[in-house]
Amino acid sequence: MENRPLEYDYSVSKMFMLTTVLLGIVGMLIGVILAWELAFPGVNTILGSGLAEYTNFSRLRPLHTDAVIFGFTLSGIFATWYYVGQRVLKVSMAESKLLMFLGKFHFWLYLAVVVSVVVSLLLGITTSKEYAEFEWPIDIAVVVVWVTFGMSIFGLIGIRREKSLYISIWYYIATFLGIAMLYLFNNMEIPTYFASGGIGSFWHSVSMYAGTNDALVQWWYGHNAVAFGFTVPIVAMIYYFLPKESGQAVYSYKLSLLSFWGLMFVYLWAGGHHLLFSTVPDWVQTMGSVFSVILILPSWGSAINMLLTMKGEWQQVASSPLIKFMVLASTFYMFSTLEGPIQAIKSVNALAHFTDWIIGHVHDGTLGWVAFMIMAALFHMAPRVFKREIYSKGLMNTQFWIQTLGVVLYFTSMWVAGITQGMMWRAHDEFGNLAYSFIDTVQVLMPYFTIRAVGGTLYLVGMFIFAYNMYKTMTVGRRVDESELQNATPMAA
Amino acid sequence: MFHWLEKHPFFFAVGIFVTISFAGLVEVLPNFVQQSRPVIGTKPYTTLQLAGRHVYIKNSCNACHSQLIRPFKSETDRYGDYSLSGEYAYDRPFLWGSKRTGPDLHRVGNYRTTDWHENHMKNPEAVVPGSIMPGYPWLFDNLADIDTAYAEQVTVMNAFNVPYNADLPQKDGSTAQVKLASDLAGAQASALEEAKKVAADMKDQDIKDTVAAGKIPEIVALIAYLNSLK
Repeated sequence: MENRPLEYDYSVSKMFMLTTVLLGIVGMLIGVILAWELAFPGVNTILGSGLAEYTNFSRLRPLHTDAVIFGFTLSGIFATWYYVGQRVLKVSMAESKLLMFLGKFHFWLYLAVVVSVVVSLLLGITTSKEYAEFEWPIDIAVVVVWVTFGMSIFGLIGIRREKSLYISIWYYIATFLGIAMLYLFNNMEIPTYFASGGIGSFWHSVSMYAGTNDALVQWWYGHNAVAFGFTVPIVAMIYYFLPKESGQAVYSYKLSLLSFWGLMFVYLWAGGHHLLFSTVPDWVQTMGSVFSVILILPSWGSAINMLLTMKGEWQQVASSPLIKFMVLASTFYMFSTLEGPIQAIKSVNALAHFTDWIIGHVHDGTLGWVAFMIMAALFHMAPRVFKREIYSKGLMNTQFWIQTLGVVLYFTSMWVAGITQGMMWRAHDEFGNLAYSFIDTVQVLMPYFTIRAVGGTLYLVGMFIFAYNMYKTMTVGRRVDESELQNATPMAA
Repeated sequence: MFHWLEKHPFFFAVGIFVTISFAGLVEVLPNFVQQSRPVIGTKPYTTLQLAGRHVYIKNSCNACHSQLIRPFKSETDRYGDYSLSGEYAYDRPFLWGSKRTGPDLHRVGNYRTTDWHENHMKNPEAVVPGSIMPGYPWLFDNLADIDTAYAEQVTVMNAFNVPYNADLPQKDGSTAQVKLASDLAGAQASALEEAKKVAADMKDQDIKDTVAAGKIPEIVALIAYLNSLK
């Protein structure tokens, strides 16, 4: 009995895999619409002027960011947790009725939150705080979802057979704790309906912080939501999936230790770099700037640890598209965590802040690192979850190159756009007057907006290929048995 | 120590929590001791202005427009005096934005007028050739939510001591008050009074008629808010 391999129960993981693909397409489709709206403003009324309120740039923009962060990425994090958690803790969810129930409750409540977010943001019910737009009733539901996630993590840990926690588990625990702390404090708000004795909208609330303090808390949150949503859990994934897929042991335990605790300590300080030259105290700005540069160390620590894990096995990059996805993700992680600190240097920030260079930075991180890693994880999981071979390796390769091209077009055009606009804003003529009106600095961006929209569209096309490949894998992929699933994922040509 | 922690999840989690809390405690907390203190001349929003601020938020104007003028010559040349912390003392939430797809609006009330906004919101391209901002024609049809604005005023006055009905020092040495009605009907009436002044400067006859009939379209509230940004 004890020697029989465990039958892991992936039912919750499967459900989250589905929402990962679906919300990925939704979020990126909205992103592509936004990109074309900037390039060709006529797209704002694409569904007619009657519906323009719901299709124009400003109403859709929060929906895009939230759909990819809390839809696509979070689904991916949950899907991988319900897969990786069981495997590294050597315990099946089927062993505990409570954990099964929690997992399913987690999924359905999460889905309900997603739907209510979509509807409320389209209607313009928003607090306006970036990545924290949800009004108070949704916030409460989010807290319940998150607590359920936490109970699932610690519940599974509680009944584990493997006593020592693998690196990925460290990162999942950190994700849970980090987001919990940040989300709670940033969303402290008073519902005005109750505070005023039943006047006005039920949904409306007012922030407990005012002005500069509010900004400080928001960017402490905003920056670290990136930390604990786009970095920490994605590192959790790569620490599991890359060694597993390549059959290589993690290069260095000490390096992972250093990067983990380093990241935990340093990341939180860096939020101030969103507020350089604003009205927050100068010392907070300087701290933000300095710690952003220090942040290169733990970030690169993880990335290098992953790349060196491939030592002696680099031919796998050529032969396996799955390894390609992960190695490129790791490379984009290094690239993005170098670019970020550069932008956080005060003199660079003076130029870059408020421009499209920041948008470019966000997207080389999210498209190149986060999304590539999540898709790689799903490709690795699919055959093990569905007991079927990946439908097409050729499609994986096609997707890889189309999306890589898309990301490159995206960030290069946004670099040029951002730096151009930043330079034009500050340009003075020989008499010391501003050289350009604001609209001059917008019109010069139009070609770059178009290139970016093309890049984004390519990435979206890749998403459709991904969805198709996953669907085919699930339905018609060749059946495989356990022995084929040790390391490298089986793929049909 | 690390090996031990990795076998004891509870203490591991505590370790993480302490490590990540540190920065917040040092960087964020001390600033709360120094509560946002308004600079001389800063006033809380009137009911209509606050309703307009809600329209601004509802349409995510902050997705493309900042309200933060940085202390550079190029910015003060373009937008006016650089922003001071105390000017935001009554801003809940803050609306600094993070991207300037359009220009900064922190002092837009100094250099744009009611009818400029009116024409611009209908069709930005007609006012600023080459503009990529979409039109916001629905602001002329939807009605502003005065009740919720009043609810927020009551909330912030009670919870955060926002000084409505109090003497506020002004730059010229005088004092001014922002009145807050004692009930909803009073707030609606004063918002309508203010809306009539805005509508008087507008060209759209439908808007004038709507306001005359006692209703306040979103555009009127929004313009009242934008004009207050100085």
